[in-house]
This record gives sequence, structure tokens and C-alpha cells, in this order.
Amino acid sequence: MPATTLLDDQHDPLGVAARRRRTEGWLVVLTVTLIVTGISAVGAGAIGIPPLTVARIIGHHLVGLPGEVSWSPPQDAIVWQVRLPRVLLGMLVGAGLAVCGVALQAMVRNVLADPYLLGVNSGASSGAAAAILFGAGAGFGQYALSASAFLGAFGASLLVFLIARSGGRVTAIRLLLSGVAVGYALYATTSFLIFASKSAEGSRSVMFWLLGSLGLARWDALLAVTAVVLVGAAGYLTITGRRLDVLAIGDETAQTLGVAPDRFRIRLLVVVSLSVGVLVSAAGSIGFVGLVVPHLARRLVGAPHVRVVPVAALLGAILLVWADVIARVLLAPQEIPIGIITSLLGAPFLLILIRRLHATAA
Amino acid sequence: MIEATRVSWRYGENPVIDGVSVTARPGRVLGLIGPNGSGKTTLLRLLYGALRSPTGQVVVDGDGLSTLSAREAARRLAVVIQETGGETALTVAEMVLLGRGPHLSAFQRTSRADHEIAARCLARVGAAHLGARPFARLSGGERQRVLIARALAQQATHLLLDEPTNHLDIRYQHEILHLVRTLDTCSIVVLHDLNLAARYCDDLVLLGGGGVVAAGPAGEVLDPAVLEPVYGIGIRRLDLDGAIHLLFQPTDHDTATERSAAA
Repeated sequence: MPATTLLDDQHDPLGVAARRRRTEGWLVVLTVTLIVTGISAVGAGAIGIPPLTVARIIGHHLVGLPGEVSWSPPQDAIVWQVRLPRVLLGMLVGAGLAVCGVALQAMVRNVLADPYLLGVNSGASSGAAAAILFGAGAGFGQYALSASAFLGAFGASLLVFLIARSGGRVTAIRLLLSGVAVGYALYATTSFLIFASKSAEGSRSVMFWLLGSLGLARWDALLAVTAVVLVGAAGYLTITGRRLDVLAIGDETAQTLGVAPDRFRIRLLVVVSLSVGVLVSAAGSIGFVGLVVPHLARRLVGAPHVRVVPVAALLGAILLVWADVIARVLLAPQEIPIGIITSLLGAPFLLILIRRLHATAA
Repeated sequence: MIEATRVSWRYGENPVIDGVSVTARPGRVLGLIGPNGSGKTTLLRLLYGALRSPTGQVVVDGDGLSTLSAREAARRLAVVIQETGGETALTVAEMVLLGRGPHLSAFQRTSRADHEIAARCLARVGAAHLGARPFARLSGGERQRVLIARALAQQATHLLLDEPTNHLDIRYQHEILHLVRTLDTCSIVVLHDLNLAARYCDDLVLLGGGGVVAAGPAGEVLDPAVLEPVYGIGIRRLDLDGAIHLLFQPTDHDTATERSAAA
């Protein structure tokens, strides 16, 4: 036997090294794609700006390079004040939706679960509707909408949690059912608020918000909070990847492999509710990203969550930024709600997925 | 060593296990036998803590099971159960590696040593060639062997198995139980097949009617006079070359009807 083969066998007795290398490869490819996406997306819009200029403007603001300014002040304002925060928010929201989708699919052991399953977005929508139509949360000043949406999201998750726990144990199916029930109740509340409101303009902006938009992105505290929460959530879910693996198999298996399923599920619930609450407050409810991206990530790197979570985060970020570019450019100067774009792209994808699912099951 | 004293469990109003005490000793294989519904699996679940008995206690190596963290419990007890997670997209190798989880802290990744242990355990159940296959596409018997490999990878001091020979063909039934027998862990096996129990268990606990009907060395428990009333079937025992073989003779239809009428 040649010496190299022997050495390889010793290094990789289980034959898992190839998959690990493939994951690392994908992480590099996706990171590069994300950077390219970011720069192109900042350049794209009603006024196009060449990528090199974009890179120079960002470099100038971040580290003072290049010293010589060769672009116009309006270009600077468009890149730095308008489009960059929007693209960053898009990346954060896309990544956040994707990793929360991964966590929820493991938590309730259902491949059709998405981050909105727990009723969090319905709660946020009710809060946002109350703010837009009836001036709720006015005490929070410029953050009235976001604060009100977040309070709605928080109330919804608390309700879901309390109902799910009423039997003593937070099981997957109980969580699923209480999430759906609370979601419907709050959806009705939002619809009623819109119906009860006299303001047609207000109703229109609630609808716009319900379909999702990155238009609120500024260099403000909201962007900072969103960044901290979502990066924290992605980190937590990656670290607990092995525990997500065993939870996804079953509660009893999780327990015999050293993971207390109920306690872990409650922690996940806190992390996911907080993340979804923050991102819905920042960008409205954007469908399909959290449902579809986890499947895409699993196709690329397999099932272990240590790999799926970071890959899903990058994929979600890239996809959402491109969806936002389409939303801005397609009917420019008018902007299409981004949720329409993601649903249009996501639905056929989901159908393909279901076909594949049946093919492998049979 | 696992010592359970006066544990019980009821589903609704019906007590399945009522004040049962069992002891599993190090280096020995304890078999739990009994007819359907006699509470074999329920007793096993009480022993590994999936069910918490409202009465009595379970002590593992001197510590109460309820005082151990889930991780510590998983380092002492490796369990093979019927919940297979058949829809998972994990590969066989990844599945077996999960058995190393109880030995790793949250931030630790599996090391080369963990991979070697997992590979060895897969080889021991004759499944080394399955490593790269998706777990969900295996046959029932292959899955069972992989789950046993995962339990072995836990390197726990106790091994608990719920009907490990389910789905296995005759050769692997014997290979798996032979493997359990050669381990120096303390093992507890729920078994349907009395002849497998006779061949591979040191001690047996015969359950029936919510309690222990008989307990002790396999040779003593497998007495037709003890077994017949519990299983309701005629049994003859042959001792060939030092091994016990049980032959079953269904009681004829009339007797069965009489019995059900009397009940």
C-alpha cells in the first residue's frame, strides 16, 4: 500500500474530510460573493455608480483611503448615506431570517417551518399597524414604528411560549400548534386595525410594511441593534450546532446524547424570538427566505448544523440583497415591496424542493 | 452498576410498572423479558431517565440519576432506542460522531481521536463501509447497527438497549448480542426472543402483571414452570451442550377459549 494512502486513512478514518473541505470551499466562495454582491448592489439603482468608485468611497469613509477624492459629493451621499446602510441591513435581515429558519426547522422537526411560524411576525405586524394607524409608541420618537413592532413581536412570543408550556413540557408539536394559533389571532387583529382605520394613506403604508422593505435603513441605533442581535444569534446557533443535530433527530435521542431537550428548546425560542422581533421591526415581514435558504444550505454542505448555519447566513444575505436590488430597479423610480420579490422567487424553488423530497423518499 | 428501587409508572389509570426493583451489575448482561404490555420498555425508560418515577429511585454508580446533568448521564448511560430519526439528512459517519457529543464542551469540535473512535465503533458492528451513506436511506437492520455504533462511541459505562435485534436478520441478531456480551460494560437488554435471552444474558428479570415475576440467573428464570403461566404457552426446555433451548407448543384452541372465558 502506498505511504500516502496510509497517511490519509490515519488522518481521516471516518471519511468525512472531503465534506469538511467542501464546506470550507463554499464558505470562501460565498464570502467573496457576498462582498462582490455588496459592492454591486450599492452601485446599482436609478443613478448607477461604478463598483470601483463604490469601493473607493467606502474605503475613504472607513480607513481614510484613498486620500484623493475623485468622485462627486452626490455620489458620496448616495453610497454612504443611502445605499450602504440599506445593503448592510439587507445582509443582516437575510442572514437572520436564514439562521432562524434553520433553528426553527430543527426545533419543531419540520422542513416547512419558517421564522414566522411562531407568530412573531404577526405580533410585530399588529404593533406596526397600531403605530402607523393610531400613533402607538409615539413616545419612542423616530423609533416609534420599530419599537411598537418589537413590543408586538415580544408579546406574541411570550404568548406562544406560555401556551406551549401550559402542559408542563414544551414539545415540538405543542410549539408548532400554539405558534400557528397565535399567528392567526394576531393576523386578524392587524386586519381589524386596518379595517377600523379611516386613513387610506395609513392603510397603504401598513400594507407596504407587511410586505417588507429595507427603506428604513439609516446609520442609526436600529441598524446597530439589528447587527448585534443577529450576529449574536448566528454565533450562538453555530456553537450549539451539535445540539441542534440531536434535537432534530428526536427528544429522546437528544436526552440520551446529553442534551436536555426542553431546556434547549426554550433557549432557542428566546434567541429566535429576539432575532425575528428585531429584524421584523427593522424591515417588515419578508417571506420565503427563512423557509428556502436552509434547504439550499443543506444541499450544499449536508445536514450538520455547524456547517449549515454559517452557510445559510451567507446565502440568505446574498439572496436578500439581490432581491432588494430587483425591488429597487425593476419599476424604478417606484419601489416594489421586497416580500413580493422573495415570494415570487421562493415559491417555484419550494416546488422544486418538494419534488426532490418525494424523489428521495421513494 | 444501576440500582433501581421501587420505581413505578402508570399510563392514565393503569399502572404498568408498580414498585419494581432491579439491579444491573458491572460486567454482566441483564435481560428484561416478559409478554407484550408487561412494561419492559417502560422499565428501561425509567432506568435511563426518559421517565422519572414518582416513587423510589434510580442510582447509577452511586449517584441518583435525577441529580446528574443530561451530559453526565450520557457519559454513564449509552442507550439504543426505537426512535431512529429516519428523516434526518445526516450521513452514517455524522450520526455516529454525535455519540462523542457528551464528551465535548460546547466550543470543542470533534478531534481526530473522536473520528478514530467513531470509525472503530462502526467497524465493530460491521458497518465501516456505510460511513458516507445517508442514514435515512439505510435498511432497518443497517440503521440498528449504526445506532449501536453510536452508543458504543459514547464509551459509557452502561449500555441499555431496547429490542436491539428488531429488524436484524438471524446472523446480526447473534452478532450484535455477542458484541454486547463481549463488552466489559454493564448492559441491560430488552428482549422478546427467549432463546436469545437464554444464550446471551447472565441475569434475567421476568416482568408480568406490573411487577417482577422472577429475577435471577438466566438458568433459574427460564424455567417452564415459571414462564408458562406468564406467557400462556406450553414450553419445553432442552439443555444441549450446556446451552438452554426453549421449544414452544401452543396450547390447543379449546384451552385458549376456556382460559379467555374464565378471565
